[in-house]
Amino acid sequence: MPQRTVTIGSRSGLHARPASLFVQTAARQPVKVTVSRDGQAPVDARSLLSVLALGAQHGDDVVLAAEGDGAEAAIEELAALLARDLDAKE
Amino acid sequence: MAVMTGIGIGGGSGAGPVARMAPPPALPAPRTVAAADAPAEAAAVREALLSVAADLEQRAAAASDAVAEVLSAQALMATDPALADRAEALVREGTDGAHALAAAFGEFRAGLEAAGGYFAERVADLDDLRDRSVARLLGLPMPGLPAPGHPYVLVAEDLAPADTALLDPAQVLALVTQRGGPTSHTAILAKILGLPAVVGCAAAGTLADGRQVLVDGAAGTVESDPPPATVAGAAAREERRRRQAAQASGPGRTADGHPVKLLVNLGALHELPTAAAADSEGVGLFRTEFLYLDRAQAPAMEEQAAAYRKVFTAFAGRRVVVRTLDAGADKPLPFATAADEPNPALGVRGLRVATRDPELLRTQLAAIAEAADGSGAEVWVMAPMVSVPAEAARFAELVRACGLRTAGAMVEVPAAALRAGSLARTCDFLSIGTNDLAQYAFAADRTLGSLAELLDPWQPALLDLVRMAAAAGEANSRPVGVCGEAAADPALALVLVGLGVTSLSAAPGCLAEVRAALRARTLDDCRRLAERALAAPDAATARTAVLETLGPDALEAGAEVR
Repeated sequence: MPQRTVTIGSRSGLHARPASLFVQTAARQPVKVTVSRDGQAPVDARSLLSVLALGAQHGDDVVLAAEGDGAEAAIEELAALLARDLDAKE
Repeated sequence: MAVMTGIGIGGGSGAGPVARMAPPPALPAPRTVAAADAPAEAAAVREALLSVAADLEQRAAAASDAVAEVLSAQALMATDPALADRAEALVREGTDGAHALAAAFGEFRAGLEAAGGYFAERVADLDDLRDRSVARLLGLPMPGLPAPGHPYVLVAEDLAPADTALLDPAQVLALVTQRGGPTSHTAILAKILGLPAVVGCAAAGTLADGRQVLVDGAAGTVESDPPPATVAGAAAREERRRRQAAQASGPGRTADGHPVKLLVNLGALHELPTAAAADSEGVGLFRTEFLYLDRAQAPAMEEQAAAYRKVFTAFAGRRVVVRTLDAGADKPLPFATAADEPNPALGVRGLRVATRDPELLRTQLAAIAEAADGSGAEVWVMAPMVSVPAEAARFAELVRACGLRTAGAMVEVPAAALRAGSLARTCDFLSIGTNDLAQYAFAADRTLGSLAELLDPWQPALLDLVRMAAAAGEANSRPVGVCGEAAADPALALVLVGLGVTSLSAAPGCLAEVRAALRARTLDDCRRLAERALAAPDAATARTAVLETLGPDALEAGAEVR
């Protein structure tokens, strides 16, 4: 199954605003993407509550995984998003 | 016609029909859902969640940026597929919709709390969502602000910042809460919005939607079914009060020309436009915590400087008094607060953090200095929680080493008031934070409504400490300001000036009345009022004695102070 490890780039971790952006992007993908942390059970990347409950801090590693047509591209897009500092003012 | 009493906030009054803050829905007795009924029940649950999400999106579209972001995040939570799936699974196991929702929300809530820090702060949003979905499912009124479609008097058990984020001041005539004290959120909000309010009015629990009431912020009373003559009289007084407040403008001074600087409190960038537009001589308290909250690490120098520069340029030509980071106690910050303090309010907070982490303070001062340079504002800096003169001296040294000219100490700890003379000799100014000073002087937790009486700024012992600090300032030719809620009360402002206070900083909406009250009295009048307050045995008597002396038209010039 295609998967990728990403380091959280947002200064304040994967909370509220960065998590919302991530979840909304995940919802637009053609496949279901899961995200997990620290070897815990993977959660649906479209579930804001599950993503928030990961408690991922700045610098933590998370694993993105997906299957099927478009899985690689979906993981790419979401990985790029997570690695960026989504807290930085645009 | 019954008259209920509570703690009055502000000097105004308002009359109109009651609309109560809807409480969270009560869950009915649990019932088992038969397998045949499960699909319909599950569909109703999903529908409730979607409906709540749509409502939130709609309100987000109409709200300001900061509020819209919170509402959008909530809407996203409401459409969370994992949440809906879990609730549906519970329904198919036989749980009724309302309990299925409560249980599903409960599971996710536990996950958020376990994640800790700012993740745990989303729990309040989740609870609100749970209440809304359950209410929608059961056909109960939406918890939160009522929307009767006409101006109303908002009555609630208590009001939290989340409740009032969307409050429309054009629709609300007055605020009444059953709990709360003079420094509770309701009181602060009432002053910011210029609404009459009565808090701590337990009897208000009996007021039902639609009941006509007259809320008197000066007297601290709520009268139900007031006779038309009473309402007309109150309206006329209110009209006169607003007119007189609007007439006075410009720098604060007494009738005989004694200057008292009138400044505004500022705590966040979104407050800046209102603060800058208000008729004031500058910012008496610029709280800087907003830059540090919700962060895992302290903000960098450049980011801080950019934020400070926005404030300084908006106040070019005027003074801005910056308070350095006041973390700890009710404002814990992960990088500045010790994790296991038994008593955060008595712990390493405010200036004490600088001993453990000098870089934190140095970075902040460097940012302030850089932003001040060329901004046109007269920038002063003060430290919170100063307890001994040596701390103040070290702070002043550091401030000047960073290129800033004017360093001050906050007087919030009683020890600082007791040794205000030494403090005044090491600093350029003093600023009395009456809210925290009351907390520490009376050993009373600021957040406990049950101790509101002890936290009343009219407490004679608190006024003694104010006088001590003001006298020390006078003896050493240093300005002494007050920046607690006390500064917003026009009658108390006169007392503070009489005690020797040289500047007052309050919410922008409060200055007009204070300015008018000052203009109507001489410095000697203020001194006599101060003596009267200090001679009283308790806060209530002090307040009554001063208000009685001022008479019903406190703002009118010419009325004698005997």
